[in-house]
Amino acid sequence: MAGGHASLDLTDLGLDEGGHLLLRRAMREVEIGERVAITGRDDNLAVHLRGFCRQEGHEVIWPEEEGDVVAIVVRGGAEVGRWRGAVKAGGVKHDQPGAVSESPPSTWGLAARGATVEAGGPAFDFRLDDKAEIWADEAARLYEQAAAAQWDPAKAIDWDTDFELPDEVEDAVVQVMTYLIENETAALLVPARFLSQIHPHFREVMQLLAIQAADEARHIEVFTRRATLKRDSMGLSTVGGQASLKTLIDEPDFALSSFLLSVLGEGSFLSLLWFLREHAPDPVTRQVAHLAAQDEARHVAFGLAHLERHCRIDPTMHGRLADAIERRHDALRDTAGLNELVFDALVLLAAGSWDHEALRRGFQRVQALKEDMDAGRQKRLSRLGFDDAQAEQLSALHTRNFM
Amino acid sequence: MSDTLMLGAVAYDPKVVTIWEGFKTWFADEHDFAFDFVLYSNYERQVMGHFAGHYEVAWNSPLAWIQAQRVAKKKGREARAVAMRDTDMDLTSLIVVKSDSGIDSLDGLKGKTIGVGAGDSPQATLIPLDHLAEAGIEPGKDVEVRRFDKLVGKHGDHVGGERDAAKALMAGEVDACTMIDGNHLVFTGEGTLPKDQTKILSQTGKYDHCNFTVLDDAPKAKIDRFVELLLAMKYDDPEVRPLLDLEGLKEWKPGRTEGYALLERAVDRFGYLKPFFKEMGFKEMGV
Repeated sequence: MAGGHASLDLTDLGLDEGGHLLLRRAMREVEIGERVAITGRDDNLAVHLRGFCRQEGHEVIWPEEEGDVVAIVVRGGAEVGRWRGAVKAGGVKHDQPGAVSESPPSTWGLAARGATVEAGGPAFDFRLDDKAEIWADEAARLYEQAAAAQWDPAKAIDWDTDFELPDEVEDAVVQVMTYLIENETAALLVPARFLSQIHPHFREVMQLLAIQAADEARHIEVFTRRATLKRDSMGLSTVGGQASLKTLIDEPDFALSSFLLSVLGEGSFLSLLWFLREHAPDPVTRQVAHLAAQDEARHVAFGLAHLERHCRIDPTMHGRLADAIERRHDALRDTAGLNELVFDALVLLAAGSWDHEALRRGFQRVQALKEDMDAGRQKRLSRLGFDDAQAEQLSALHTRNFM
Repeated sequence: MSDTLMLGAVAYDPKVVTIWEGFKTWFADEHDFAFDFVLYSNYERQVMGHFAGHYEVAWNSPLAWIQAQRVAKKKGREARAVAMRDTDMDLTSLIVVKSDSGIDSLDGLKGKTIGVGAGDSPQATLIPLDHLAEAGIEPGKDVEVRRFDKLVGKHGDHVGGERDAAKALMAGEVDACTMIDGNHLVFTGEGTLPKDQTKILSQTGKYDHCNFTVLDDAPKAKIDRFVELLLAMKYDDPEVRPLLDLEGLKEWKPGRTEGYALLERAVDRFGYLKPFFKEMGFKEMGV
């Protein structure tokens, strides 16, 4: 365009039917202060140019003589001005250096990581905005796995399988399911609560917690279905069980909550689900436990991953984690011993009948479960950097509710 | 508090509070300039308040500017326009009819009905009707006028009247309607005025809109500083941009008064301000 004006021929396209996109594009292609001569056949073009340019901050020069040119538009500085001071909010791919900020500003808000964020936006209130507190490099991979593993409660389990358990064994299964639902509800609500506090810059963690809540919703669904397969009502909900879960729900600190729920609680829960899978008295219970366990394993994996990272960065974490277990233990001191209702139901379920040999076997299996849970907890505590003696001591303090 | 510059504005929309609170904070925080405001529910009371000394600078509609200017003259005083928005300059209004109405010129409106905005709207009522009168079509006599009064007292700051008039045109309730040029693009874009069914019959001459009005007793230093700060506001600045967006401009311009001729003529032709001046205590305001 050396010498002459730039020009734009809108032909018969009006500004009110998409022509404004062409006008904006033409303005972007010239420098501020430079001119674009506009031609076009739409009847309202002149009137629309007047109003549109006024709005956008472009000066309009009207030709003195009648001719092809409807108006000459001089590019104003508003659009460029608007994007001055815009900031790139990190990078899209989490594994690129500098992509995930240590401490994203609150004004990056809901913007996609890697987007260019206009200056002057509102400051959102995301309490969890410190990478050290919530990040794990595994988050992206774990989310992908979770997304690929979303099974359909209706189809993944053979609900129509023909079986009949002795009445009280069926009741025991119902009691266990009732207990599982309560615990999974806590396991849904806790990540859901933190989900709303996470700065969206940590996209993968946000996605992971969201799908974790979805996993728990699915578990609640299938546990409910199993419980009501042969019965019209659920079992009992104990004060001790709810008191224990309440301490989880009340824990405001994300790291501590994650530790108590995912590492210790869901870890123990995983052992319980494997137990149910192995000693299930019927094929439907087995399938339900198997599918739920696969999901829970991911939840434990994320908890371990971000806590491991956090413990490496912050040496005071061990003290805080140990403290959390002790505090919780003290808070639950007055609740009844091991949830007897659930314990007895597990024994009967593992026994499969009232036969004395079966009961002995069932009892031994539940003892073995408790030992497995303890061993699992100690192993995870060691992974987080506790020494063997500490791991043993802290594991012993874990709630009698399993979760 | 005497070093605070006081502004008067009309609360035609809840956002007016946000706008002036925003300016107040920006003036104070960024420039240590003490600024405060009072809000009125209508321009007539705002103009009266100006002369009663309630505040020092008025954010006036064009009609309120004329009211202030004429009252000042009557009292042997002077009113000045010190600043305005870039979007307040060189506006035009339109008269729109249906394409198949058979109306091809303003003469074709004789015996018909025209839908206009609120009675006190310069852009949607006073100026377009004056435009008709100037062409020999007497509103009320040669053409019936149907007003779409929305928030009278706000001088047409609310766009509702124009949109209602446009809908009435499409519904066949009126034969023509008026609107400011910018709204034509909005209405055709959103489908209120299907473009293949309507046409612009006529366009008025250019006119200006709102301005910051001061009287001759305004504190010069404060006003000069106020204008200086306004003119220095850049759309680039993220602190300033939301305020400019809310108030609908890209930059402030020095005030000018050459653009009020059409409205003055309309006001005089229709004797529009006679009741107002009577209320202000002036029997004869003259033309």
